[in-house]
Amino acid sequence: MAATNQSLHITSCRRPEIGERVPLRLFLSRVPAGFPSPADDYVERTIDLNEWLVKNKLATFIVRVEGDSMSLEFHSGDTLIVDRSLEPKHNDVVIACVDGEVTVKRLVIEGERRFLVPESPDHPIIELNGDQELIIWGVVTYSIHKVR
Amino acid sequence: MQQLFGIIDCNNFYVSCERVFQPALEGKPVVVLSNNDGNIIARSNEAKRLGITMGMPFFKAKRLIEEYDVTWFSSNYALYGDMSRRVMDTINHLAPSTEHYSIDEAFVHLDAGHQDEDARHIKQTVRKWTGIPVSVGIGPTKVLAKVANTIAKRCPEYGGVVDLSNADADHYLKDFDVADLWGIGRQSEKFLKSEEEGEHNQLDLWEAAGLPRLVRKQKIETALELKHCSDDWIRKHLTIRGLRLVWELRGISCLPLEAFEKPRKSLCCSRSFGRPVFTLPELSEAVAMHATRGAEKLRRRHLAASHLTVLISTSCFRRDPDELYSASVSWQLPFPTAYTAALTQAAQALVERVYKPGFSYHKAGVFLTDIVRDTQRQQSLLLPLETERQVRLMEAVDRLNKKYGQHTLRPLSMGLQRGWDMKREHLSGRYTTRLDEVLKARA
Repeated sequence: MAATNQSLHITSCRRPEIGERVPLRLFLSRVPAGFPSPADDYVERTIDLNEWLVKNKLATFIVRVEGDSMSLEFHSGDTLIVDRSLEPKHNDVVIACVDGEVTVKRLVIEGERRFLVPESPDHPIIELNGDQELIIWGVVTYSIHKVR
Repeated sequence: MQQLFGIIDCNNFYVSCERVFQPALEGKPVVVLSNNDGNIIARSNEAKRLGITMGMPFFKAKRLIEEYDVTWFSSNYALYGDMSRRVMDTINHLAPSTEHYSIDEAFVHLDAGHQDEDARHIKQTVRKWTGIPVSVGIGPTKVLAKVANTIAKRCPEYGGVVDLSNADADHYLKDFDVADLWGIGRQSEKFLKSEEEGEHNQLDLWEAAGLPRLVRKQKIETALELKHCSDDWIRKHLTIRGLRLVWELRGISCLPLEAFEKPRKSLCCSRSFGRPVFTLPELSEAVAMHATRGAEKLRRRHLAASHLTVLISTSCFRRDPDELYSASVSWQLPFPTAYTAALTQAAQALVERVYKPGFSYHKAGVFLTDIVRDTQRQQSLLLPLETERQVRLMEAVDRLNKKYGQHTLRPLSMGLQRGWDMKREHLSGRYTTRLDEVLKARA
């Protein structure tokens, strides 16, 4: 955000109390260099990650990815936000219960046929027949990957 | 528009909670045990069919459990509490007038005309959103809704929703055991089913016909037979509560929906120990823990208590009367409080008074009474209420424990080892309340 030669001024410094919600400020304007924070007048609202990541909190569950398959998209330890209230659509990533195991799969719908495609090529593709509600546990809406 | 009552009851709730996070257990026998893994307190339908009964001691069920490969869990109240909240809030979202009747049951108002569709919609949504299967009973009164719910559970062919508001209720009541009626306890059941001599249950008609007052009492075994008893007779033998029940059976609503939680008058925190306890320091830690829990419960509901009772007892299964001991002692606090230190200190002072060495203690508890809303407390002229600092300290403690888990911050008086604390050997993950215990999925 800060371009070269621009400097951000510290306007206040405080230690957040544990358990307190720390609002992240969303500015409408960029912070101009060397100017004592005129953007303060433009504080619009705060970003609440809960509000952003969780649309239906009653139906949302957190699931952790496990295993080191060749998946490009999901890595062991990633945190998934899963919304059970959503109707699964073509190409959705879903949590599915296959042979007693809870797994991450991609739902592929071709006409009348529905398939669970694994992220890793070493696992077989499964065709769904009958009651998909028993197999599809929920729809993955976000994946949180720890970078550092 | 006529308002009907619906009761939404989670099927085998604790087992269903475990199954949401272990879907492989669907269709397999599963049981959940009470605190200390003592008794069976929840059973899947498959486990019921194996002959495992409610309340059966675990050691007695062990043979069946091993033989049929039944999965068993220690009770995971952190999980059940959160799942209950999700279920109740989902119901509340769909049916604005809701009474949370218990951890796994809620009464709702349903508008007559489309009650069946509404009920099915609630059932499907709760299942989809939370994973918990529920059954719905509908009726013109709460008691009839409860009857409908029992039938819905017993007869899966109805698809989990039974409506007695249009149906000929008597058709179902004639086969319905009085013992299964909501509000009929053991004593009433025994009385109703007995054949002792007494006044006839149609006393007024009987007397009008000039027949003797005292007759051999007929057995009343079904809900339909109870429904046709006369009001006087019911009131006399089953009190006004019994009369309300019978009127409700007749379709006259006497029990309204209680959408607002009544403030509690008392609060009890007690538990059996994981192993026998002999010493005062250990008993003292246990009552300090219960007092701490009690204080937390009070604060969560914005209440304060001014009377505290401590109870300790040996196991009632001891054969030798010399080994039996139980005692309780109470203390009137100077003002109603929910301050942990005030309650733990009182509890520990009291346990010292009742403790007798040489006994093998099995259980301890703290009972809080004289409860008021914390805003309604009267300021004593002589004694100050808690100081501002104490109130803020409690707020900080509650916030931290909410974030990092129960007992993260706790009084040292609760002890560090707590070897006496309850045994929970097969505890499942706290999938919805602890980030490090969430459901795992293989990629």
